[in-house]
Amino acid sequence: MGILRQKFWTSSSSRPSSLSSIFIPAGIHEDHSTPHVFPFNSTGVSTRYSLQRFKSTQASNQLEQLYSTDDDDHDNSQALDFPGGKVTYIPEMRFLSESSGKRVPCYRVLNENGEIITGSDYEQLSEEVSVKIYSIMVSLQMMDTVFYEAQRQGRISFYLTSAGEEAINIASAAALSADDIILPQYREPGILLWRGFTIQEFANQCFGNKDDYGKGRQMPIHYGSKKHNFVTISSPIATQLPQAVGIAYSLKMDRKDACVVTYTGDGGTSEGDFHAALNFSAVTEAPVVFICRNNGWAISTHISEQFRSDGIVVRGRAYGIRSIRVDGNDVLAVYSAIHAAREMAISEQRPVLVEALSYRVGHHSTSDDSTKYRPVDEIVYWKMERNPVNRFRKWVERNGWWSEEKESELRNSVKKQLLQAIQVAEQTEKPPLEDLFSDVYDIRPPNLREQEKQLRETIYRHPQDYPSHVPL
Amino acid sequence: MTVRDALNSALDEEMSADPKVFLMGEEVGEYQGAYKISKGLLDKYGPERVLDTPITEAGFTGIGVGAAYHGLKPVIEFMTFNFSMQAIDHIINSAAKSNYMSAGQMSVPIVFRGPNGAAAGVGAQHSHCYASWYASCPGLKVLAPYSSEDARGLLKAAIRDPDPVVFLENELLYGETFPVSAEVLDSSFCVPIGKAKIEREGKDVTITAFSKMVGYALKAAEILAKEGISAEVINLRSIRPLDRDTINASVRKTNRLVTVEEGFPQHGVGAEICASVVEESFGYLDAPVERIAGADVPMPYAANLERLAVPQVQQRELATDLCQWLQLL
Repeated sequence: MGILRQKFWTSSSSRPSSLSSIFIPAGIHEDHSTPHVFPFNSTGVSTRYSLQRFKSTQASNQLEQLYSTDDDDHDNSQALDFPGGKVTYIPEMRFLSESSGKRVPCYRVLNENGEIITGSDYEQLSEEVSVKIYSIMVSLQMMDTVFYEAQRQGRISFYLTSAGEEAINIASAAALSADDIILPQYREPGILLWRGFTIQEFANQCFGNKDDYGKGRQMPIHYGSKKHNFVTISSPIATQLPQAVGIAYSLKMDRKDACVVTYTGDGGTSEGDFHAALNFSAVTEAPVVFICRNNGWAISTHISEQFRSDGIVVRGRAYGIRSIRVDGNDVLAVYSAIHAAREMAISEQRPVLVEALSYRVGHHSTSDDSTKYRPVDEIVYWKMERNPVNRFRKWVERNGWWSEEKESELRNSVKKQLLQAIQVAEQTEKPPLEDLFSDVYDIRPPNLREQEKQLRETIYRHPQDYPSHVPL
Repeated sequence: MTVRDALNSALDEEMSADPKVFLMGEEVGEYQGAYKISKGLLDKYGPERVLDTPITEAGFTGIGVGAAYHGLKPVIEFMTFNFSMQAIDHIINSAAKSNYMSAGQMSVPIVFRGPNGAAAGVGAQHSHCYASWYASCPGLKVLAPYSSEDARGLLKAAIRDPDPVVFLENELLYGETFPVSAEVLDSSFCVPIGKAKIEREGKDVTITAFSKMVGYALKAAEILAKEGISAEVINLRSIRPLDRDTINASVRKTNRLVTVEEGFPQHGVGAEICASVVEESFGYLDAPVERIAGADVPMPYAANLERLAVPQVQQRELATDLCQWLQLL
């Protein structure tokens, strides 16, 4: 199989064209039976490439690879045989530089004024989808503001915002199908919003009331919804990455037309689980899209202290994974890239890595005050001048699909919903006592039945010591 | 049937019965298993159901948990449970707690298995016993087979169970042969989780043990019998849930309890059994509960030191000590 399609980046065309199987030359993965050699060319200069494909782990089989030598350098056709295949050898001692010199370029479609950049490849969006994307971005922004305030007022115990990352959230969600399974980190509630999770459902989880799908067992923002294919958020960083590969493996065994999409931040890529997941996904050829939200900060750790590589995109190649760097604040770029990545993951049964560059406008969470470790004007700059919501709004308005009137209508409606949802959630009963003991195991064991019985007896004897708003 | 064959046949039958069951771990495929437990399975079921993994316990455990979230039934093999520490976050936080934290939306029908505890001359980092570590965590089930019957029945039960199960085998038991009845050999054979087995009935003292120590306890019971002491040996089989009813009923009959384990004494399985018996059968105890455990030191390598660091069945010492102790009213 291994369909390879070249796309030449031209500067002449200003028409949008639909994307399919587009990728930057990184390494060509071909079917093992008929290896091909393709000259990959983005600017007319011949580029170095290598070609390798390994068969299964059957030790008795011969490894089949084809390597081509660099015609730039040596005419040397002598090769050494080692486990892993043939390598040419050179007498000069050459270290690969720690950096390639130039940073990997970032794929972008819209400029800050909301105008399509000449020569862009992108997936065209209809008015309906564009308006929906924009509306949900505004809703996310407003939800974040109102819920953050609620925490400050002591009405919920914790909250964290996705400010600045609305495009990553919504545009990626929009490019996926409802069957694609999401394993989030925690800064991706926009995906749930896109998939139809209501503001009331969000509020219920934050208040931990009896309508919370999590039965009040988790901190706020740890949403989960099986019907929306959104795996419950858990706090430890990057643990969702190998789990995503496991689910992708399950989808692969079922041969489903769906993939797994998992998110992490720049900090999460330092975890051992990141390495294990990427390595494993490549070896098992799992249909998973890894999206790294590189927003510059992991609480107070700036990316310059997090890693020394050129961001995350360069790591993909180290694992044999196709990767792309995209402007995370550009809705059209994110949408197009995820759309293409998803197609590759499913049709070619391979993992894909997408690094979305962005900026974390908000504090890490309500437990953080980021003005303590970064300049306020930096935050303000990104909030005002590099705002993904404003930028997309300009494009939508320029197409004649939005207006000031619609804007205020939307904002009024969402605000009402938010205030209403919080009020209702706050007044709704908490989960009953029984939910303390259920779901530990499939069938409740006798020791838990006994503990519940003892607890109820104690409450009966001392009702004044038991909180009155928790139903029995 | 050897314990090895018992485990192999159990895996084979469960994989044959349910296509969602698959095996994952280091060396389980091509190499036929580091201890040959998965012999023949790669040839029979193919590389999609028997996966050789890169060396990343955190990786393949996380991946297994993810697969279980989506409804597959992975059997994750750790080459020894010492290496499970590199994956323990996934076992505890991603597997054990998930059903509860997700309010029943994410169940994790996974089995973690492999050799646990001391072997022979493998040193401190290969000899640790994890029974009490995992047994303290709600959401997990922890099993420790002794005989081939245990191995077959408990592994089948573990694979069929919808909750995450930690299955603690013992390397030195793999080669031991036990008689098995026709019932045990049947493919639907299963041993209930949470039920201990009384391996030998007695009336003077209760000895609880699990895994290899059951064999030692039975040998000790033989020696005691010659001294006129009738010991009841309980094979725990299940560390979590612990069969407190069987243990307490036995102590109420014999009035004396000795717990035996190979692992470290502090916060060990014996400590939990002792607490349970003191809580529920205090009036029945004629003497304080005695705990026999491994020495409270990282396992030494030298053969002579290693022998001293784990419980042993000594003809003279055990019998006389026990006799003296039992004669104290």
